Amino acid sequence: MARAAAPPLDVDRLIDDRRTRIIVCCGSGGVGKTTVAAAVGLRAAERGRHVVVLTVDPARRLAQSMGLSSLDNTPRLVAGVAAAGHPRAAAETGEYEVNRGGSLHAMMLDMKRTFDEIVEAHADPDRAAQILANPFYQSLSSGFSGTQEYMAMEKLGQLRRADDWDLIVVDTPPSRSALDFLDAPQRLGRFLDGKLLRLLTAPAKLGGRAYLRVLNIGFGVVTGALTKILGGQLLKDAQTFVTALDTMFGGFRERAEYTYQLLRAPGTSFLVIAAPEPDALREASYFVERLAVERMPLAGLILNRVHRSPAARLSAARSLAAAESLQPADGQNGDEPDAAAQPGQAPYTLAIAALRLHAERMQLVASERRLAGRFSTAHPLVPVAEVPAQAEDVHDLAGLRAIGESFPAS
Amino acid sequence: MTSRRASARPIQTQYPSADSLHGVRTRDTDWEGVRLHVVTGKGGTGKTTVAAALALALAADGKRVLLIEVEGRQGIAQVFDCPPLPYEERRVAVAPATADRAGGEVYALAADPEAALLEYLEMFYNLRHAGQALTRLGVVDFATTIAPGLRDVLLTGKAAEATRRRQGGKHVYDAVVMDAPPTGRIGRFLNVTAEVSGLARVGPIRGHADMVQKVISSPETAVHFVTVLEEMPVQETLDGITELAGLGNAGLQPGGIMINMVQPLSMSPAQLRAAASGSVDEDELALGLKAAGLDESSLLASALAAELTEHARTVTGQRALRRRLAGPGQPRYDLPMIADGIDLSGLYRLAAALREQGAA
Repeated sequence: MARAAAPPLDVDRLIDDRRTRIIVCCGSGGVGKTTVAAAVGLRAAERGRHVVVLTVDPARRLAQSMGLSSLDNTPRLVAGVAAAGHPRAAAETGEYEVNRGGSLHAMMLDMKRTFDEIVEAHADPDRAAQILANPFYQSLSSGFSGTQEYMAMEKLGQLRRADDWDLIVVDTPPSRSALDFLDAPQRLGRFLDGKLLRLLTAPAKLGGRAYLRVLNIGFGVVTGALTKILGGQLLKDAQTFVTALDTMFGGFRERAEYTYQLLRAPGTSFLVIAAPEPDALREASYFVERLAVERMPLAGLILNRVHRSPAARLSAARSLAAAESLQPADGQNGDEPDAAAQPGQAPYTLAIAALRLHAERMQLVASERRLAGRFSTAHPLVPVAEVPAQAEDVHDLAGLRAIGESFPAS
Repeated sequence: MTSRRASARPIQTQYPSADSLHGVRTRDTDWEGVRLHVVTGKGGTGKTTVAAALALALAADGKRVLLIEVEGRQGIAQVFDCPPLPYEERRVAVAPATADRAGGEVYALAADPEAALLEYLEMFYNLRHAGQALTRLGVVDFATTIAPGLRDVLLTGKAAEATRRRQGGKHVYDAVVMDAPPTGRIGRFLNVTAEVSGLARVGPIRGHADMVQKVISSPETAVHFVTVLEEMPVQETLDGITELAGLGNAGLQPGGIMINMVQPLSMSPAQLRAAASGSVDEDELALGLKAAGLDESSLLASALAAELTEHARTVTGQRALRRRLAGPGQPRYDLPMIADGIDLSGLYRLAAALREQGAA
């Protein structure tokens, strides 16, 4: 059956192109996004780029392998990069330690710290202190699910402006859906700039009352309800918060807008990461479509943890049939291999086990192929790179490097 | 709580198929007395599927169970293959009836904080009209967005309300299963009072939060963890169980560990050991392949030997992970890998596996 053949994604070309300044790795949770982002960053560094990987909440061991032990919001130099990165290049040049001049920094996002810094940058010290102490601000800056996305974008903007690195690889926050990354900052921005906040500051302002008259509701109804839901103290805190933030709204909007434009600017590329599983690929599809709508540049799909077989020519069906032909006649229709496998009795237990295992593997390979094929049929122009499933979790630079080496060669 | 934990059986125990016995109504399960089952797990472990299977399993014996999702993903609708769920409790499945037993029912609700807030306003303050006006003004956005504690208390509040709801002196639902946020966010999600108390020291929200926390912290609630036998999900499960102890006033009750996507073992222990150490007897293998009439059996044998070795190493690693999961002493349940995606029949199989092992 003809499956839509996806064009191969040339990751090396993407990272070797000096015009690529930002790579955003997105995808749903649990697909190995952080690991792939780190692998892309490491590979780029070992191919000569000055890279910073901005990661959010990585697995502890992965973080340790990159030399990140604490959440300090500052890019840290990752040791061990490029020294052994190019054994082939080393052999060619005769030097053992080849450094092509690349470097890798990595940092973990501290969203509260990042938010605090924005406040401090936009308000005078007294007002900043007032905002930082407000319970609403504290809740917003440490808890709101969109804050992490917003701050990741803010950090990205800061890193880009600082211009200390020639490539920034962003690992997007682990949100329930890949689209949150695009939506949350705007949602937060909209909220901070919204009608409600104007209303909350309204008791002192005529504008708020006029607005309510348009909506044909009594002012008392609204404040009454608010007091009932939130309680008087809470309402007062909210009003203080809003008033204090008032001067900063313009700043927030501007920053959100700047970062959003950054994602559309030349030099930015998106990598969508997925595992060959239905949910992950469905999310990947949504994301690909969304990027097209937003006119944001998609480099391609990285299909992570793809299974392969060294004996792919033996199909699942033939393998299973062969296993069954070896099954002793009394092993009732072969459904219970364990029950029939008395040591020393059934002669071919090893072959039977191997053939059954192979059949399962080939079924898995086939089902992954089918899912990947379905994606490529729907998105025939999206280049795809497959990363084979690793036998063990990646927790050091060598593991990251192995992933980088498995990207299809140009 | 302690006594339940102590009496929790190891997963190896095979239960006699009590369901088939005539007239058996009540069985001893690991979670007697638990009415609110919170199901969490790392993304990609099959949390929603397991929550759905648990709801089905609990619904056997003519019970009525409510399955709540809180993340607006419509995951339940996908699992049960039905149209997107509204904010309304709807029947999505029945547990099979037998000759002597009524079939149970699973209801589902896609909870969303906005709708929950409006309902809350109407229920407690008779403020539905004002509520709608507030929605238009973005007040609801405010309450559910800016302060995640408020948002969470509305969602957990909905589950708590359904758990406690009574009609004619009896509980409307025998059990409530909540498909909760992933492990990384579960602590914050369930630590309702603490999250809200920073905002509201007194007042109605605080009162509501205290009520919800009481339900969640009670022995009526257990938090189950779904994992697969991979390092990160296992680590998150262990971290999550530790975290629960520090929540609320006296900690929340950890529930079972559902080990999902378990693959059957098709090798003998000796074969497994040999394969893991990379010393598969390729000659013996080739002999078998030849007997099965496969060509190039020696070439094939070394390829298959490589697959066996890889598999054996994975299995060996999984055993180590199992030992780590045994650490906290929570009951563990194995759920088989369902090839080719979960459909309704797969869901029933998982539900049966949960019942056989005493999870429901």
